[in-house]
Amino acid sequence: MKAKLQIQRGEPGAPLHVEAFEIDFEAGQSVLDGLRAVRQSADPTLAFRYACINANACKECMMLIDGKVDYACTVKLKEGETVLKPLPKKALVRDLVTEIAPPDERLFPTNAK
Amino acid sequence: MHLETDVLVIGAGGAGMYAALEAARAGAQVILADRSLIGRGGATVMAQMTVAAALGEQTPDSWEFHLADTLAAGRGLCDERLSAMLCREGPARIREMDAWKVGWARHDGHITQIHAPGHDRARCVYVDVLSTGPAVSRTLRTQLNLASGIRRIGDLAIVDIVLRDGQACGAVAVHLSTGQIVTLAAKSVVIATGGLTRLYRRNSASFNMGGDGYALALRAGAQLIDMEFVQFFPIGHLAPRLVGMDPIMWDPFRYKLGGKLLNGEMREFEDDYASADARNDGTYVLTRDRATYAISKEVEAGRGSPAGGAYLSFQHVPESELRRSFGPVIDKLAANGIDLTRQLVEVAPIAHYHMGGIRVDEDMLSTIPGLYACGEAIGGANGANRLSGNAITEAFVFGARAGQTAAAHALANASHWSDEAAATTVGMLRAADKRDTPNLSVAVTDLQALMADKVGPFRTDEKLREALVEIDRMSSELGATPPSTGESFDPLLIDWLDLRNMLQVAKAVATPALARTESRGAHQREDHPGLEEAWTLNQIITLDGADIALERSAPLSQKAHA
Repeated sequence: MKAKLQIQRGEPGAPLHVEAFEIDFEAGQSVLDGLRAVRQSADPTLAFRYACINANACKECMMLIDGKVDYACTVKLKEGETVLKPLPKKALVRDLVTEIAPPDERLFPTNAK
Repeated sequence: MHLETDVLVIGAGGAGMYAALEAARAGAQVILADRSLIGRGGATVMAQMTVAAALGEQTPDSWEFHLADTLAAGRGLCDERLSAMLCREGPARIREMDAWKVGWARHDGHITQIHAPGHDRARCVYVDVLSTGPAVSRTLRTQLNLASGIRRIGDLAIVDIVLRDGQACGAVAVHLSTGQIVTLAAKSVVIATGGLTRLYRRNSASFNMGGDGYALALRAGAQLIDMEFVQFFPIGHLAPRLVGMDPIMWDPFRYKLGGKLLNGEMREFEDDYASADARNDGTYVLTRDRATYAISKEVEAGRGSPAGGAYLSFQHVPESELRRSFGPVIDKLAANGIDLTRQLVEVAPIAHYHMGGIRVDEDMLSTIPGLYACGEAIGGANGANRLSGNAITEAFVFGARAGQTAAAHALANASHWSDEAAATTVGMLRAADKRDTPNLSVAVTDLQALMADKVGPFRTDEKLREALVEIDRMSSELGATPPSTGESFDPLLIDWLDLRNMLQVAKAVATPALARTESRGAHQREDHPGLEEAWTLNQIITLDGADIALERSAPLSQKAHA
């Protein structure tokens, strides 16, 4: 099966753009699996956040998946197009990475950057 | 950017959070840094269930019985001073966590304790079947919020410990979300970065468990101990793809319901590998190490399951009993499209825990003044094999101790920081350039495959030598200067820094594994089967240029240092 990931790329301050990546996948694989596959097969500069990979324990891989806030590790890949964007209400860091830490757990506590 | 503190704690899992709390309690200013978010990355948050401590709530117990089980599991290699501390001080930490409302499961007015394999009695507490780790993390995060004197900084990847006159005086870091280089002056540094299971293709690790702390300690000149002992868990989940669950989740269910292991020919094979002298773990035919061996051998013989493991079947268990035993897990499985009444799952051995680590004394002090370590990052307490339930307990006990001693050292000493001492690492990071490199995320995968195939649970002289040659080749290919996208949250830089550590740690595992010509605990040599009395020795390693220097010493007993 093939999935086409439409991914918003870029940093704040520069024009954002969407890049499409096509990947092969097996039933049951997650969007996070797909993103990791993109880094391996196409573009290692793609930035996204995750720690625990499988367990849905770290809660770091939250993003906007087809317009809905969700975890990349629990949403399954599907055939056809999936649109991935960073969380809309958090400060953008780069690509799919946003500033999600509580303010007092940041190096720069008062603003995102 | 430059920051100053009394105590720098690297890693915000169970051990690091406990260290920060205790250091602050002792009056020190603390920076708690993690490359991920505070209390989210690492192994603690993923812990599934059991935490061992001789509370005697369920059945009379003494820490000395727990110690006897820990030492038996460690097959003669434990640093008994550390094992004894773990078992002696564990109950107080479990009760402290209880007072902090972690929510240990209770029954009839007492904390419930269950009997886990390798223990002589019911000793392991838990919160609920699958979420002990998240509860522990949440509880410690709450305490961090309440404490004063602790600055928490996420997205901060420590690159090197800084040494001046042979003493740790701080660290150099990269702030991931801005790309800024950060220098940290600290009177004491505590490494609490967890283990190295990400070195293997199949693992129960999180992304940041690539052995960072071992590499930091090696480059700082510290000694590591028992690095050849990597614990593999025999029936990690392999297929179909299962998300939202810890991959080691099958164990309690297999234990409770007698799940059957089948090979690719749908035949039960455990009896083929059972030997008369093999210890039997309760309702299992095979102990963990024998089960790992049996599955690996079936796969090697071409009788593996399609994904390269074995089938695990619960089809003989009535649906109502499955529902009762698995509880809400059945629904999580259904969400993954898995129905145990009509289908098999595939399982395979996965890297789960590292027994080896930084060599410390009873103060959690490494062989470098000012450099402390705790949790899975240290070696010695678990010898050649870890008893189930000891990992979270050691995170608490050793974390707390490291926090106390690091704070005492910091409060008695002036800062040793010098910018010149940090210059080499800062220079390396500044030199990071935009250039074409091979895809380093692929190189990480290659290294994981190499480690699984050549430095996995079953080793030979030939495979280990091949691994060492390949590790050296990959290291020279990696080079001395990191690549960079020049942007924030730079995955190229992260991959390079990870590989720098992972390759060093891979060599630190393979080298003592090659030297140990016997089989003991988690280190199994196919060309040297059986335990050799003469090898009741710890191997201690240091970095010697690009090479690993090895020495041996007899395990430390409690008495020698009482």
